[in-house]
Amino acid sequence: MDIETSFDEHRVLHDLKHYLPAQAPLKDFIHHNTLHAFQNLKFHDACRTATKLWGYKTKLRLDEYRALYESGGIRKDVLRNIVSERKGQDKVDEFINKLINYDYDTFVYPRIGVLRANWESIYRIDLDQLTQPLLFRILCNYLDQGISLWAFPIGNQGFLAALRTMEKESAVSLFKKPRAHKMLVSGDLSISALLRILVGDETLYEQYLYDQQFSHQGWSGIVSVIEDQPNLLLNRKEITLHDLIIFELLLEIDALDAQFGEIWAPMTTKLADRPKLKSLLADVPRTELDEVLETWHDAFEWSYYNSVLTALQKQPELEENSSANKSFQAWFCIDDRETSLRRHLEKADPECETFSTAGFFGVEFYFQPEHGKFYAKHCPAPVTPKYLIKETETHHARKDEPMLSKLSHTLFRGWLISQTLGFASALKLLSNIFRPTASPAMAYSFGHMYQLSSLTIENKDTGDVENGLQIGYTLEEMASRLENVLRMGGLVDHFAPIVYMFGHGASSINNPHYTAYDCGACSGRPGSVNARVISHIGNHPEVRRILRTNGINIPDSTQFVGALHDTTRDEALYFDEEALSPDNLERHRKNVVTITKALDTHAKERARRFLTIPNIKRKPEQVHADVRQRSVELFEPRPELNHSTIAPCVVGRRALTKNIFFDRRITLTSYDYRTDPEGNYLFMAMGPIAPVMAGINLEYFFSRMDNYRMGAGTKLPYNIMGLIGVANGSDGDLRPGLPSQMIEVHDPVRLLVVIEHYPEIVLKVLKKLPPANYEHYLNEWMWTLVIHPETRELLMFKNGELVPFKPIPENIEKIPDWEPIVESAFRAPTTQIVDTTRENLPVFFTK
Amino acid sequence: MDLMFASLLQYMVYLPLVGFTLSLFMPASRERPIAWLSIATAGIYLVCAILLIAYWLFLWDFHSYQFTVLTLYESHDYRFDISFYFDKVTAIFLFLGAFLSFLVTIYCQNYLHRDSGYKRFFNALLLFYVSYNIVIFAGNLETLFLGWEILGICSFLLVGFYRERFLPVKNALKIFTVFRIADMGLLFAIWLNHHLWHRNITFSELLDSEMVWAQLQEHTTIGIMISLMILLAAAVKSAQIPFTAWIPRAMEAPTPSSAIFYGSLASHLGVFLLLRTYPFWEHLPFIVALVALIGLATSIVATLISYVQSSIKTQIAYSSAAQIGLIFIEVAFGLYDLALIHLTGNAFLRTYQILVAPSVVTYLIREQFFKFVPHQHVGKYGAIGKLKYALYILAVKEFYLDSFVYVVLWNPMKWVGRKLDGISENSAFSFIITSSSIGVICILGREYLPAVLTTAILPTFFAFVGLLMVLRSFTERKNAQFSWMLIVVYHLWVALAVTFYEEANFIELAIYLGGILLSGFVGNATLNQMRIREGRLDWNDYQGHVYQYPGLALIFFLSCLGLMLFPITPSFLGVDLVFTYIRVEQTDFAIILALSYILVGLSLVRMYARIFLGPHIKTNHEIPPRSS
Repeated sequence: MDIETSFDEHRVLHDLKHYLPAQAPLKDFIHHNTLHAFQNLKFHDACRTATKLWGYKTKLRLDEYRALYESGGIRKDVLRNIVSERKGQDKVDEFINKLINYDYDTFVYPRIGVLRANWESIYRIDLDQLTQPLLFRILCNYLDQGISLWAFPIGNQGFLAALRTMEKESAVSLFKKPRAHKMLVSGDLSISALLRILVGDETLYEQYLYDQQFSHQGWSGIVSVIEDQPNLLLNRKEITLHDLIIFELLLEIDALDAQFGEIWAPMTTKLADRPKLKSLLADVPRTELDEVLETWHDAFEWSYYNSVLTALQKQPELEENSSANKSFQAWFCIDDRETSLRRHLEKADPECETFSTAGFFGVEFYFQPEHGKFYAKHCPAPVTPKYLIKETETHHARKDEPMLSKLSHTLFRGWLISQTLGFASALKLLSNIFRPTASPAMAYSFGHMYQLSSLTIENKDTGDVENGLQIGYTLEEMASRLENVLRMGGLVDHFAPIVYMFGHGASSINNPHYTAYDCGACSGRPGSVNARVISHIGNHPEVRRILRTNGINIPDSTQFVGALHDTTRDEALYFDEEALSPDNLERHRKNVVTITKALDTHAKERARRFLTIPNIKRKPEQVHADVRQRSVELFEPRPELNHSTIAPCVVGRRALTKNIFFDRRITLTSYDYRTDPEGNYLFMAMGPIAPVMAGINLEYFFSRMDNYRMGAGTKLPYNIMGLIGVANGSDGDLRPGLPSQMIEVHDPVRLLVVIEHYPEIVLKVLKKLPPANYEHYLNEWMWTLVIHPETRELLMFKNGELVPFKPIPENIEKIPDWEPIVESAFRAPTTQIVDTTRENLPVFFTK
Repeated sequence: MDLMFASLLQYMVYLPLVGFTLSLFMPASRERPIAWLSIATAGIYLVCAILLIAYWLFLWDFHSYQFTVLTLYESHDYRFDISFYFDKVTAIFLFLGAFLSFLVTIYCQNYLHRDSGYKRFFNALLLFYVSYNIVIFAGNLETLFLGWEILGICSFLLVGFYRERFLPVKNALKIFTVFRIADMGLLFAIWLNHHLWHRNITFSELLDSEMVWAQLQEHTTIGIMISLMILLAAAVKSAQIPFTAWIPRAMEAPTPSSAIFYGSLASHLGVFLLLRTYPFWEHLPFIVALVALIGLATSIVATLISYVQSSIKTQIAYSSAAQIGLIFIEVAFGLYDLALIHLTGNAFLRTYQILVAPSVVTYLIREQFFKFVPHQHVGKYGAIGKLKYALYILAVKEFYLDSFVYVVLWNPMKWVGRKLDGISENSAFSFIITSSSIGVICILGREYLPAVLTTAILPTFFAFVGLLMVLRSFTERKNAQFSWMLIVVYHLWVALAVTFYEEANFIELAIYLGGILLSGFVGNATLNQMRIREGRLDWNDYQGHVYQYPGLALIFFLSCLGLMLFPITPSFLGVDLVFTYIRVEQTDFAIILALSYILVGLSLVRMYARIFLGPHIKTNHEIPPRSS
């Protein structure tokens, strides 16, 4: 890229917004690829570029890879194989010697911030410290969703307009000196005019703005997101990155005026070595160190994936559950936390059958709880639903927490409250520490929609519209949605008497990232409403009649039951049980016992990674009680470990993975190639894999790689800013990304997608995906393989083609039962990568 | 009976100290033993506290109780007693402290799980209990000062707990600065007290209202000065105007330590100090009025500021400070019991609120979802608008309270220090040699010099030159060893200055200098090691070397503590001793010493922070951004 000779404000802001973090406010936390701005590049090129540009650390440290190699976390055979593929057989030893022994300069010298650093080095002024605290406060006050008692005056106006009005009318200025005040009040402001005062040379404007905005990427990012999607805030705010930059430039001018008077010269007049300033966004050359790190990293990923693929390929004949006497069928989300529950369920009752599909179950809508003033979206983030589902007849009153009352911050009522409720809070604290129980301050998945409420699911009159949204679905809309889900998952006959549709959600307290714990396919909300809606649809006689004409015959005796699985507490809640026939009710009671048992064992398996539950060699229900407790403890920063360790992702029949133990690392999408020879439903099934599963995986990946710059740091000192984000302490920048407690045991490996179908069909489907989705596959943001349904031959998707792939031969051990393995598994004493990698169990055959 | 009470009381005093000392020897990788030791300490402490309070309530009948444990130093005109005292105020603070520390320690066991500073955190927490304990049991100002000073260091350690990030370190330094001012206030009060009473006065003696009254009639100015200094210390600790702005900035540590430290216990210690010394200053209407006024101003200003806070912890911090302002008023009006009830309730409430602070996202967003009423923004114009917007902007800018300390203290010091930039390493060396030779000659020949010179002018002069050394050290940014040596030289000069006094004797000087020379030597050796490994230490910005050299960082930190006369070497007695030599009319000498006391502390802690804390300069691993 050449240095642009003239400053094009519109283009620069547009590009800048593209690079800034794109995380929504806390209530809509949705996982996405942290480096989405570089998705047009190959994965390793993108990493290298992000490191050089912004200083992000995108790989493990060289010494960490070497330690992994020493400890066996990186396999010798895998490394040799990768090196020989890339460097040629004759160079293997030479290059491996480099990998293991060479000294490299591993310091990172990012390009960002170089220009603005001149304020410090030439002018001896710490501009960030002089401007940022006030800037952040004003921004936070303006965007605040309900913490402050005195809301931003004229907060209904745009950001800059509100500031201007305030500055014009107020007896006290926001600024120290008159110049910035005059400029703001006069309203004659343009970014380039202000930059002329500060920087001088037009060719450097662009770099200056990048330097400036990336010095607080959290705040700039949220402003950019709110500018594009103002509806993310319930209390609407009108702000643009442009406004933020104008105000920040004014603050900078003011700070310089205060220090030097109005006579200081623009920065470029004092730059001696200006020609040396490289264009910020220019291509980043690849060094030998980059090659070394890439090789190490790929070897790290394949040290695990080689076993995964070997097991998939070498397992004995697949056994399908084609029994006519299935006890029940259960559908779950493709989420990895649900996949492991399926394994326990199938263990507890071998007669059952499980499926998975994206957890919004193909029904996209806005949900309005009773008395809710707003709508909550219940489908993947990119989808914009046209439907509204309303909750009625809850007969529940929502509880308040008086200690969180804002009145305690007023002077006189605060005086009263501290002397009355103050003493009550001592008791509350006591009980919270010794007997933690649910409290109104927590996020509780079962409370999202009340069990005994009613929903408006069916639309009988298309004129029934509220705010442009149709209330409920028509019969045809219902039928097509149900058919899509069933066909995608391959459940078109052999219906069991009861089909459970399990949504999932999570429960936690003292957890600002609570929406990241819920269902990503439901925009970070519990999937209970979706599960209940799809079950209602499945039970609708008219819908069944339409489906029957399309060849799906759901027997009259079959009933769908909506349910919710709480991933933190490992509890299940069932909806509309009263609609079950007497026979099915009987069966349901039996199933509930089975499911409860599976939840117990599942909780026990999860517990092995919670070091604060020291003894897991106990009965599952005992360990489960400890696990459940975590969700209500104020002092528990890890109520669950969410998607940590997520790695392989299989799209295919359950039989393909059923007899392999993947240690809760796998995510599954039910798909049967036999019911879809053309790949039409495969296209649908692949829809959420890249944005949702790779989004989760890549966010964990990068948050783990650099928790300071791409993650949110430790959550222990978090301070909630305006209900939209977190800062690490009293003030400072917003911290997008995941807290260290969520990613510390995660092995940063890219997703490995394995699709079961004929290669030509898969290739056709992949190429049909929308470009933004396809980029993930093409640019290796995840590994993609096809497993031939008949020969189990593997092919890898590389540069738009499928090439045959053979894993290095290895022996996969067989274990009789998960329990002893889990009980005796290594428990990482630290969060060093060598320890956490060792904590992962290898791939086993279970049969 | 008496004996039992006394021995129980003694156990209470030593208990946290034992826990703290043991905790230093725990292996850092073992979380459980560290946590259990802390919980055991806090648990036993709570049980003892309840026993003690019950005993005092039912068998001791609310009497106050004073006893001296040991005399650290005694000469013909000076005693340093470690003395303890128990009364209603102690009982309330004891229960509050024991109850909350116990709960918070349990809370931290899991909360801090897997934090790399697990051991460091519990060490600091236990040290905090030690200091809190000393303060609430203290029977005289000297003992109280001991705890007070440790508390300042604890604050520095806990606020700067996330030492690899910029803002916590910066804020820790800021807080240390204001706390150091409070410490100086107490030190000054001790000095004046010494001259007022000519002996060590205990808190129980202050209850003799006739005696106090008589003494104050005679020495009203000293009385007012003492009270002002005590009020200064109290206002700082309780975040009252004009020092309020430190309290939101203290919210950098893990949530439970913010809760217990700044939400409750530490921030109410200012009130404790006022209650403790109330029998003294209640006779001075001016002081009573001032206490009420400060409380009133704080309650109004802090409430306004808390109204515009859009982050949860700073909002709680300011509203807590506002309530403490009201408590100040209650104390001023003599509403003793009301103040005690109010402060207990406030401490419990704020601790709880900070502990559940991360839940407000869930709670308030849900509340907003179900109860949202769009805010009716009414544009205000004219005089009302002018006032309203002005108030809003002032509140957002915290009424300039944050920059206050900078403007009145830091900037002038820096300005003077920069004027001294001319003193380079070479010229300083020859200057030190020549002038100290002159000093030694003067001392040797002091019999031949006029008395006014030896007792008044020369000591002050030498102390003043010492102050200049400290100022020079304060602004030095390039050569750490030079800066370090200047502080050592400062102490030598103070020693030189007091040698002019007849009362000065060899033992006292040895006590004073012993610890200083030791710490000076060790610190210099550490810096030398750092220079060998890292080249010349340019500490214009934070270097973060603790990442690579945690051991050297610890040694250097201890040397800093030694050199700032922290109670880890015998030298800490020295500073009190030196002060006793100064005659009451030599206010200039005392002011110089007090200023140097603040500056030495700042200079050393800043040197430590700049060299060892903050984002690491080496970019071969993850480095936090400067804005975090």
